[in-house]
Amino acid sequence: MQIHPIIVALRRHKAGTLLIALQIALTLAIVCNALFIIHQRLSHLSEPSGIDEANLFVVTNLWGEQYSTDEAAAKIQQDLAALRQLPGVDNVTPADSYPLRGGGWDNFITLKPEQVSMTTDASVYTGDEHFLRTLGVKLIAGRDFHADEVQNMGLRQNFVPPVTIISKALADKLYPNGDALGKPFYSMSDKPTTIIGIVERLHRADVSTWSAPYANESLIWPIRMAQPWGVFYIVHTKPGQLDEAMREAPKALYAENRMRMISSKDGVRSFAQIRHLAFESDRGMAVLMSIICVVLLAITGAGIVGLTSFWVGQRRRQIGVRRALGATHRDILHYFLTENFLISLAGVAIGVLLTFGLNLWLVERFEMQFLPLAYVLGGMVILLLLGQGAVFAPALRASRVPPVEATRPA
Amino acid sequence: MLGYYVDLAVRSLKRSPGLTVLMILAIGFGVAASMTTYSVFRAVSGDPIPWKSSQLFVPQIDMWGPKGHGGDGDNGDPPDAMDYTDALALMHDHRAKYQSAMYMISPSLVPSQAGKHPINVGGHAVYSEFFPMTDAPFQYGNGWTAADDEQRAAVAVISDKINQKLFAGANSVGKTIDVDGKDYRVVGVLKAWNPQPRFYDVSNTGGFTTNDEDLFIPFLRAIDVDMANSGNTNCVDIPAQSGFKGLQQSSCIWMSYMVQLDDAPSVEAYKSYLDGYAREQQHAGRFSWAPNNRLRNLPKWLDAEHVVPTDTEISLLVAIGLLVVCLVNTAGLLLAKFLRRSGEIGVRRALGAPRTAIYAQFLVEAAIVGFSGGLLGLLLTGVGIHSVSWVLPKDIASLARLDIPLLLLTLVVAVVATVLAGIYPTFRASRVQPAWQLKSN
Repeated sequence: MQIHPIIVALRRHKAGTLLIALQIALTLAIVCNALFIIHQRLSHLSEPSGIDEANLFVVTNLWGEQYSTDEAAAKIQQDLAALRQLPGVDNVTPADSYPLRGGGWDNFITLKPEQVSMTTDASVYTGDEHFLRTLGVKLIAGRDFHADEVQNMGLRQNFVPPVTIISKALADKLYPNGDALGKPFYSMSDKPTTIIGIVERLHRADVSTWSAPYANESLIWPIRMAQPWGVFYIVHTKPGQLDEAMREAPKALYAENRMRMISSKDGVRSFAQIRHLAFESDRGMAVLMSIICVVLLAITGAGIVGLTSFWVGQRRRQIGVRRALGATHRDILHYFLTENFLISLAGVAIGVLLTFGLNLWLVERFEMQFLPLAYVLGGMVILLLLGQGAVFAPALRASRVPPVEATRPA
Repeated sequence: MLGYYVDLAVRSLKRSPGLTVLMILAIGFGVAASMTTYSVFRAVSGDPIPWKSSQLFVPQIDMWGPKGHGGDGDNGDPPDAMDYTDALALMHDHRAKYQSAMYMISPSLVPSQAGKHPINVGGHAVYSEFFPMTDAPFQYGNGWTAADDEQRAAVAVISDKINQKLFAGANSVGKTIDVDGKDYRVVGVLKAWNPQPRFYDVSNTGGFTTNDEDLFIPFLRAIDVDMANSGNTNCVDIPAQSGFKGLQQSSCIWMSYMVQLDDAPSVEAYKSYLDGYAREQQHAGRFSWAPNNRLRNLPKWLDAEHVVPTDTEISLLVAIGLLVVCLVNTAGLLLAKFLRRSGEIGVRRALGAPRTAIYAQFLVEAAIVGFSGGLLGLLLTGVGIHSVSWVLPKDIASLARLDIPLLLLTLVVAVVATVLAGIYPTFRASRVQPAWQLKSN
């Protein structure tokens, strides 16, 4: 196949050629960046939390009366006993936050008490001796809390417990040599807290982009929160009994004490629901970008079909002449496929520049990440294939033009 | 003549239905995608109180100093919320026309009927000037008085929703409600009022929120009964003492503050007052740094707080990109369509039609394609706005509306954009040489 005659012919269709190339370039720029956004968002959705999500649910329990710290602590113990008596329930722990909650308590962490700027930031959980077992978090070093280490904490009481269990991500950030166990750190206080246990993974409570550099960095303090507003009960159920237990839990709690509020709308949520909610906007953005990509590719494909069909119609006589001079069906087909390939190639070449330009701008304006090269290569392949696919039907029709067309007037 | 061109255009469009449908689909989808995302963007970037947003200001004071600075994204701005000490000092000095410190509360309301469960409500502890400042619309009664503020009176303003729930919508002014086990006298019932973004307390609500504002009670009263804040609390130091009292003595920030200043001189005066206040604190040894204050009006404040979610902006940009591709696509197809009719153009020109006539004819054709695309776009925009709640978070999706201005804008964008896309193809058509065409036929 000779390329020169194709280029000469294209010179006679400068505007049409330019418009297709431009369309391909713009499509490449948008599709590459959109695919990157989709991938980033989808990878969020499947982020592991480190807990046994399938068998866990959370009750948001708000008190209907004002309780002092001691009263609240006593009420919590009664509630825990009531929940443990449910047939489907395996274990319960009171908490003031849970992974993927979407916000919560986080503390600056330093290695020295006098340090002004932080070493890192950790999501703070409070939990009793049942916390790890209830959540199904895997302890990979050290030990769990003892019951006598767990202290009650009321509203905005402030003390730093002497011991803590932290996630491996936090341990590695603080002590990169892997010897974090038994070492201290400081958390907005001049009193140290000692690492007595390390868990394999525990997702942060928040899911915001600001905390991306501190992914999975969390710590658990042996504290039983007894807040005047209420408490979360994290409940672990026996396999297959989640739904049943979720129905029974609020009934059991109301039977125990009426002066409480458990919203019928979102007071009891399984972790499947919590995860769904936490990443709602990520999923939405991925869906939106996918729709836009599909529409964009469809329109570009259809545009190529339309314009090539027109060119085929315009050149019927020339095709007839070539056929009469001995060109085969295959030659004609290849002619149009090659012509489209050349245009598409020019399009993606401009498109690569536009793609990086758009990405750079998104990085500047919206603090997005830089586009990996693989997306651009993938996008180029998609568009070249799209072009070849779109041009195939009109090219096939062109190859069927009979040689006798040469004798007819244009 | 126009009728003739419309007739010609319809005939021509009918002759190649495939191309016509393709162009209409491209315009329709492109316009619908842009308009759907625009409707969301319009909803979240709108001014919640357009008639006085330029008179409402949010003062910021740097109570943290160097400890609050540094790290990613630090632009030297002071913290975006207020601590208790400074909020009370500003309230005490009372230098603006209206002002209110406020914090988010989430108490329980206990219905008087026996056997009913208590209900959790959201609201704010505010000063009396909050109501005239925000133009909160009252259904019954009014806000409380400055004297009520001083006396820490047990009074409350409730939402229409709570009034429906507790008093079946009747005028409940003077009635009593039980908030966290204490009696409050209702002095006012608001009409349905749900400003989005929640301009008076962005730092606690993040701007857009599905939480209801059910209850307002006097600020000092809430402090007196230890009604804890339910919004954000940010600290650079752990408070020296425990409990809500400890929080009040700390430099932790958990309150919003808004003032109304009616003209430029009073804005200047308030600015210098803030600087004077910060200098005073510096002399007193509380701040060991130079004054670093901000006084932004509401639109600038919403901008500084990044109230418009970046996802919304990115979606709008990508959708506009889609529209541009659709237009390039349409331009290509129109070019093909118009040049195919070179023969017809040649005959018209040979019979004496001037270039302007050719222009008019083909631009009319482009406009018809644009208008049809716009109609399809309208339909798809309607579908898009209805299904946007599947894709975007509820607090934002519920704000997107299809209204008359958006309908008109959709059609105008479709027609204008298509005519623009048709300009070059029309130019090419008008340059057709009549002699060439007649000869080759």
